[in-house]
Formats: sequence, C-alpha cells, structure tokens
Amino acid sequence: MSDELRVTELSPNGAESNTLLQVENLKLYFRTTRGVVQAVDGVSFELARNEAMVILGESGCGKTSLARALLRLLPRNVEHFGGSVLLDGQELVGMSEEEFRQDIRWLRISFVPQAAMNALNPVLRVGDQVAEPLMEHVGMGKSQALEQAAAAFRNVGVPVDFLERYAFELSGGMRQRVAIAMAMVTNPALILLDEPTSALDVLTQANIMNVLKRIKKEHDTSYILITHDIATSSELADRVAVMYAGQIVEVNDAEHFFRIPFHPYAQGLMASVPRIRQKQEPTFIPGQPPSLLNPPTGCRFAERCPARFEKCSQEPPVYEVGPRQLVKCWLYENETKPVVLHETLA
Amino acid sequence: MSTQIDQNAQTETEVAVATPSQDGKTPLLQVKDLHTWFELRRWGFGHAGYVRAVDGVSFELRAGDAIAVVGESGCGKSSLMKTILGLHRPTKGEVIFEGKSLSQLDREGMRWYHSQVGYVQQDPFGALPPFMSVRRILEEPLIVNGVRSRSERLDRVREVMEEVRLLPVGDFLNKFPHQLSGGQQQRVVIARAMILRPKLIVADEPVSMLDASVRVEILRLLQSLQRSHDIALIYITHDLSTVRYFARRVFVMYAGNLIEQAEVDELLREPMHPYSQALLSAISDPDPRNAHVYRDVPPGEPPSLVNPPAGCRFHPRCAQREEGLCDVDVPPDFEPVPGHFTKCWLYR
Repeated sequence: MSDELRVTELSPNGAESNTLLQVENLKLYFRTTRGVVQAVDGVSFELARNEAMVILGESGCGKTSLARALLRLLPRNVEHFGGSVLLDGQELVGMSEEEFRQDIRWLRISFVPQAAMNALNPVLRVGDQVAEPLMEHVGMGKSQALEQAAAAFRNVGVPVDFLERYAFELSGGMRQRVAIAMAMVTNPALILLDEPTSALDVLTQANIMNVLKRIKKEHDTSYILITHDIATSSELADRVAVMYAGQIVEVNDAEHFFRIPFHPYAQGLMASVPRIRQKQEPTFIPGQPPSLLNPPTGCRFAERCPARFEKCSQEPPVYEVGPRQLVKCWLYENETKPVVLHETLA
Repeated sequence: MSTQIDQNAQTETEVAVATPSQDGKTPLLQVKDLHTWFELRRWGFGHAGYVRAVDGVSFELRAGDAIAVVGESGCGKSSLMKTILGLHRPTKGEVIFEGKSLSQLDREGMRWYHSQVGYVQQDPFGALPPFMSVRRILEEPLIVNGVRSRSERLDRVREVMEEVRLLPVGDFLNKFPHQLSGGQQQRVVIARAMILRPKLIVADEPVSMLDASVRVEILRLLQSLQRSHDIALIYITHDLSTVRYFARRVFVMYAGNLIEQAEVDELLREPMHPYSQALLSAISDPDPRNAHVYRDVPPGEPPSLVNPPAGCRFHPRCAQREEGLCDVDVPPDFEPVPGHFTKCWLYR
C-alpha cells in the first residue's frame, strides 16, 4: 500500500532563515481597450525552501497573471508592473530582461504552463526538448544534456526509450510528465506549476501528484502550484494562498486550511467541494466575481459574502491571526479563530 | 409512424399511444449488446483494423430514471453516448427508444427521436454558435420542429429560460454567448436541451469546464429539472464524486466495456472490480493528510482499443489477476450481491 512520506516540521524560527521567495505588494496591470485590468493587485506572500505553496482561485482571479509576473513572461500591454520579488534575497523586479533570462529563468525558477502537454513542440523529439534548457541555460554539450534528460525521464516515470519519440506518440499523462521533466532537469530551486493536472484523468492525476511529491522529497524543490481544484491541491500543499479578484485574501498552512479556513470566500470554496467519503451536501457561492476593470472599492468579496456588515464597504487590512496565517477580512479585527459560516465545515 | 411534430399537442397524443413505459412495463431506452467500432484505414483505403470504442454494452433505462456512466478518457463513454444519440451507427446491437429501434427509423423518425432526446455538451462555449443570440439559439430547435408562430416560440423560450434561471429573462434574450459567464453559458446549453420537452437528456461532463463554486449550482439545477419534469438522464463523467447528485445507478466503463454496475451508494461504499476500487481511491477529498502519503495507482495506462488485451481488459494492470484465467477468458457479468454486477473473475 502507500508508504508514508517524511513530514518536515518547520519550526517558526527555522522557517524564517529558510525563506526562498519573498513577494511584496506585487502589482501587474494590463492595458485593454476597455480600460486598465488590475489582474494582480498588491500580492504579498513568502515561501520557504522545500515548501509547496498552493495558490487557489477561480478562473479570472489573476492567478495565471501572478505566475507570469513571477516569471516575467509578460505580454506587451502591461500598464504597470511593480512591487518586489526577492529570490534568496536577490531582487527580481528591477532586473533587466537579459539578466533575468540568463540567471533566473529555468535555472532558478522553471515553469510548467497550463495544458503543458499540448505545449510541446510537435516536430522535435521530446528528449531533445527536455535537453534544451541544459544546452541553452547551462551550456552543456548535447550528449551530456541528453544523459541528464534521461535521468529526468526516470525521475518522472517515463521510460527512457521515449526520449526518441515525438509528442503525438505519447498519451496526455506521459506528455505532462515530459513537461515536468523539462522543468526539473536544471534542478531549479522553485518550480511554478499552472494547473498541472486539470486536463487529466483521475488516475493520471493521482500519478502526477505522486511524481511531484517524490521530486519534492528527493530534490528539495519548492513549488508554487496554481489551481482551482481544492481536493487535488491538498495532495501537495504545505501552505495555501487564496486569491480573489486579483488579491490574496488568505494565507494559511495546509493543516488548518483544509480543516477550517478563515476567509468567508475560502470557506465557501471549501463547502462547494463534492466529497466522496462524507455524505454532506456541497453548497455554492451565489453571484460572480467582480470585473477586474473596476473592482469594488471595499472588500471585493462583500457582494457575495454571507457575513458582510457595514465595515465591508471599506477595504479590509490584512490581519495576522496566527504564525504565518494571514487573512484580509474585517471579521478578524478582534478574532483569531475561524468564524465558521458554513455548518458543513464545523 | 406519423411523426410530423407540428404542435406539442400532437407530440402528446403520439406519446400516449407509443409508451406503455409510463406504467413501468417497457423501459424508455434499451441498449442491447451495442458495439461501435471505427474502421482504421491504411493510406486511406487498405483495412487496418478497428477501434473497438464500444464493445458489447447492454443496459436499460426507465422513464424518469437517472444513470451515470463513469470512465476515463478513451474508455468509449463518449462513443457510447453518441451512438445512443444516433450520431454514430452501431456496428452491432441495437438502441431501442420507446420500443422502436433506431436502425428502423427513417429520416422523419430520427427527427422525432432527436426531439425526444436532449444533449448537454461538455464545453458550453464550444457548443453555442458565437454569432447567434441566446434567443436565436433557443428558438432554432422550435423552428426546425415546425413551431410556426413567433409568439408561441418566444413564450416557450421565456418559459425555459425561467426554468434554468437565466433571470431576468429580458436581460439575457439578446446577449451573445461570449457576453455570458461559463455558468450562464451552461444554463443556455441546458435550456436548449430542454426546449422541446425531451424524455431523455444525455449530459456529457456538464460541469467539468466550470469553476468549483459554480459546479454545484449547475449540478443542482440539472438535478431539480430532471426530477420536476420526470426526464430520464444519462450523466457521463470521469468524476465519481458528483454522481451522487443524480443517479440511482452508476456504470463503470473501462476499455469499451461496462465492468461494474450498482446503486450509487453501494458502489461508493463497496466497489468490487479492482479498477473501480482504484478509481475510487485515486479521488481526493480536501484533507491535509493527503500531502504525506503516496496514492496507490495501478501501473500502466488503459489499453489500446485496436488490440485490446485478451481475457479481462484490465488484467495487465491488475494486482489480483490469476494467470491462465484473467488473461485468457473474458469475464461475464457476475452478481455477487443482488443488483450489483461486475465483470471480474474474483467474484465467480
């Protein structure tokens, strides 16, 4: 049956010195014909070494824009890009494009894009594609790079003779593994995964999650996992950040989050998950997220919130409700325990 | 068969004559030993084998009943559904609706059949024509089925839109699909499936493209419509956690076969086939403990449907296989518990 993973306990003090990534007030606005879209609006969080952070949110909440901002894969219509991203104490936001490309991207931070299995080059052998980052960014020779690629294939559970194949000869799950092999082949400190399992079948999904867990354990990799799938994200998460309408509304550790989260939106999401082992009826959150063109001035979730009161017309500050637990909600002005709004969670 | 469906009134009389199913005697839909194979050709003409997408599927569905078909991509569930909808011609076997075999129906007969069966697609945006307004999209089936009066059509459109809660109706009538959110688009798709008052709706992964918070809302809507209008429903999904919403019975499909069928609660409590067990244990509930264990997943991938393995099609991946039996003989349906069928030699 399933073997236990080693549980790495992070002491509150040890975690401090262990910080890998520190994001402060990150903003990314886009210019469109209808106005400025505030896709990422003042996002802050930090990530420790060998930690997996899940960024949860619905479509259109800005989570993919956040990934693009961290990787500086920006389109041309950027209106404003600011804030601070410290990787091991090194500031990334002011860095020139060329420096970032040479020193950071793929060497320190790599990326598994959304629907990565469809992002492989159809006319290159998958082995060559996995070897490419090593040749481009590390300056390795081709034969050595291919050897490393073979090792990466073994790591993600793809037979080594698949190096010679083309993407169309592989199943969706195998292609997704190849994309993960490509991201880990340079042994980066941080891998960003954008919806790595959303297009896959249940068994394949479980398989990919197993692969990611093993890589994290054996290579001390950190992950930022961007997803809307709460149940699957609990397979990997050490910590969870919930994003709503361009802002992070809660940061919590997995241990507490997957029991009872703090923010009313996070609780709503949690209560909306159909569960297979419990018989409780899931509920839904009425309404829709606001437009990021003209987000409401107060709390952005207020309109859909079952617990809103007068104060919610002003923007709530971020309250620290526990060690490394943050929540942006007026309910926690004088409260450090989750205020339970859904009986199914209690 | 006189199937000029001009007015609803006529549909009603037609129904009264043709269905003893109301009293539970004849099932609404019977699928008998259905095979849907697709021919593979080499260089465009030489025969190169068959893709056996549906390979011997039989079941019955009573009026107003709901079943779920669960399986992974490539297991043949979409081919099964399309054969039931009459979009693929079965290679062997029959689909019988209200006692009439689809293969016996002429063009008019098929039109009548399609007015009796609604289809909810997986990707709402892809399923809605981008250049038609909601009103046009919903009017179209009525026009095709000969509802001449404009006001009558509009009344029905409004009625259906209220039922799927696209409210206030006036705000949505003239909108185009791209102006709607994913959940609203899926409501339009459901409204379109409902508009001819079908007796059967086939829903193919109706919520897999939607956000978590909207999913439950759409599932509830489908469930309440199915119950209040007494429509039979075939719900096709890969997500076992949502089948509880509709279905009384659930069928698990693997490599073109139905390998297990049971009441939903029974299957969720005690899956019998090793594949169903694997499927069930691979689904996570949100739980912080998940991150500390590896999930048990059977090795390998579903087999090719061109050359499926001999014997039980799951045997190459099965930890409990018996050499000389599972890899040789195709398991028949066993019924270890009344009403719970499984094609697995473990239960012989």
